[in-house]
Amino acid sequence: MNAMAPILVIGIGNPGRGDDALGPLLIEALQDAQLPGVELLTDFQLQVEFALDLQGRRQVIFADASVAAPAPFTFSATVAERDASYSSHALSPGAVLHACRQIFGEPPPAWTLAIRGYRFGLGQTLSPHAAANLAAARAWLVPYLSGEGGPLSGVDHSGNGG
Amino acid sequence: MTSLETAPHPEKLRRVAIDPLSRVEGHGKVTLLLDENDHVQQVRLHIVEFRGFEKFIQGRPYWEVPVMVQRLCGICPVSHHLAASKALDQIVGAFRLTPTADKLRRLMHYGQILQSHALHFFHLSSPDLLFGFDSDVARRNIVGVAAAYPEVARQGVLLRKYGQEVIRHTAGKRIHGTGSVPGGVNKNLTLAERDELLKDIYPIIGWCRDAVHLARRLFEQNLEEYNAFGRFRAHTLSLIRADGAMDLYHGGLRARDMDGGTIFDHVDYNHYWEQISEEVKPWSYMKFPFLRALGPQHGWYRVGPLARVTHCDFIPTPLADRERMEFLAYDGGSVAGATLGYHWARMIEMLHAAEAIKELLHDADLQGTDLVVSGERQERGIGMIEAPRGTLIHHYRVDEHDQVIRANLIVSTTHNNQAMNEAVRQVARQYLDGRKLTEGLLNHIEVAVRAFDPCLSCATHALGRMPLRVELIDAGGDTIEVMMRGGAGEGVAPH
Repeated sequence: MNAMAPILVIGIGNPGRGDDALGPLLIEALQDAQLPGVELLTDFQLQVEFALDLQGRRQVIFADASVAAPAPFTFSATVAERDASYSSHALSPGAVLHACRQIFGEPPPAWTLAIRGYRFGLGQTLSPHAAANLAAARAWLVPYLSGEGGPLSGVDHSGNGG
Repeated sequence: MTSLETAPHPEKLRRVAIDPLSRVEGHGKVTLLLDENDHVQQVRLHIVEFRGFEKFIQGRPYWEVPVMVQRLCGICPVSHHLAASKALDQIVGAFRLTPTADKLRRLMHYGQILQSHALHFFHLSSPDLLFGFDSDVARRNIVGVAAAYPEVARQGVLLRKYGQEVIRHTAGKRIHGTGSVPGGVNKNLTLAERDELLKDIYPIIGWCRDAVHLARRLFEQNLEEYNAFGRFRAHTLSLIRADGAMDLYHGGLRARDMDGGTIFDHVDYNHYWEQISEEVKPWSYMKFPFLRALGPQHGWYRVGPLARVTHCDFIPTPLADRERMEFLAYDGGSVAGATLGYHWARMIEMLHAAEAIKELLHDADLQGTDLVVSGERQERGIGMIEAPRGTLIHHYRVDEHDQVIRANLIVSTTHNNQAMNEAVRQVARQYLDGRKLTEGLLNHIEVAVRAFDPCLSCATHALGRMPLRVELIDAGGDTIEVMMRGGAGEGVAPH
């Protein structure tokens, strides 16, 4: 049996819905980088069973498209919290952490990489602005995951302060 | 009694919109029109349409379709994967698959049924059922269930995870699987994969049985209310095996009237349009299917677990069949017509799925190497399965350049469109009429919709989307009350 990778990156989104593909596309880009000690997962949306994937990790990063984050992306600590997403088929990262705490025990430290997206229609392709934001996110995240970027901390790469 | 579909003078009425509905997939909303005495005059369930699905598919090479249709739905991609594959089997002339391919697809499908039903019951519905429809909204969620019933919550998560592991091993990947292809499958189940799944199947079956009993106990404890809640009479439709057994993967069409009499039986689904048509209503983007023999006004029907469990002559696995018989006999058969009977029936199907998985895992055909067949190329292909939420139809035409030139999808939730509207109207009559609206009362509407486990199209779930918002608007169009669910805005805020 393979040892569990200490870092888990989960890319969230539907590749068939325009910029919602940002999460899965980031995972593809990270696969190409072949980072040791990093496990990559992707799904359309988060659900409660992702709590099982968090167990035993040193750190977890949720990567998702955002309709609200400043461009190109933000990277911020995520805390376990019960929020409105409990009433839907798609949980927020904080809600998954909270479910993990309630059902299986304390979750690992977690971060959310929110990449700005602009269009989300079925069948649309990635917008040019989103593609640029994805490239920026990848360029920033790979050194961090490689241990070259220093300690993780809250980051706002929008130019609006952090 | 009025139908509540269309009020005679809507311009004089106040409007309440529940938008979006929570704990259902995608986006839907309910609008209520109330008179000055809070009497309900009109109730409509609106659903974002699926027409974009068909455009999404047109122009694609047919062999891409089983993979790309998974993007239509984040919660039941395997259902679309398999329905499309069955349709494209016909395109490649594969009218009889190899035993290995047929059984691997069935295994994948039962994994999907298991994980989808587990999510719906434990995560989306058990909070209402365990705590009450108008209980404290802060507690009415999976975290509240985890605090009060930790073992129930844990089993719910593990059941869903197991179903997804079945999908991963049969589809090749956790999501965007490619396991099913036109004419068969592209991999078998290795012995190592089989053993990994077999290791946990017996506790899984036990938990599924416990879940059936939990659903039954909840019904027993609230028999009068549950039996009457959103109750209406309806015809039913599902696929059925040639010998009358429940078969969620393949069969002929069976329709029964509201008294249990046969409308048609074992109809070849390749001619489904001879039995089923769709009506357009000006106020809804979603069509209203009906049985042609009965016409649009009287021919609507319900699909899904309640229809299937009451339809079949038997369930071909022993534990689930015993539960089916007890379900049908309970309280003189009353539960079989109850909207909340969906929950009990859904758990019986989940138990059947777990038993079917066990039987398939012991079948050596899963390690076979004869995976794909083909025959004479066809222009038209139709695939039909019983998805977790009900009958799912995929219909394609492919041109000589192998491109899809026409696609028609009738998804489970569309079949249930009129039935869900009926349930919502009954609940509005029973609980809302003449009363001041509260979050708890409005949740009764959502409880009725949730019983069907609708998939209301597949919205994006990007960060930053809105929480539930309910607005009460007077006859002049002014907002007089706003209700927010979730986050800091939870509660009722007078305007």
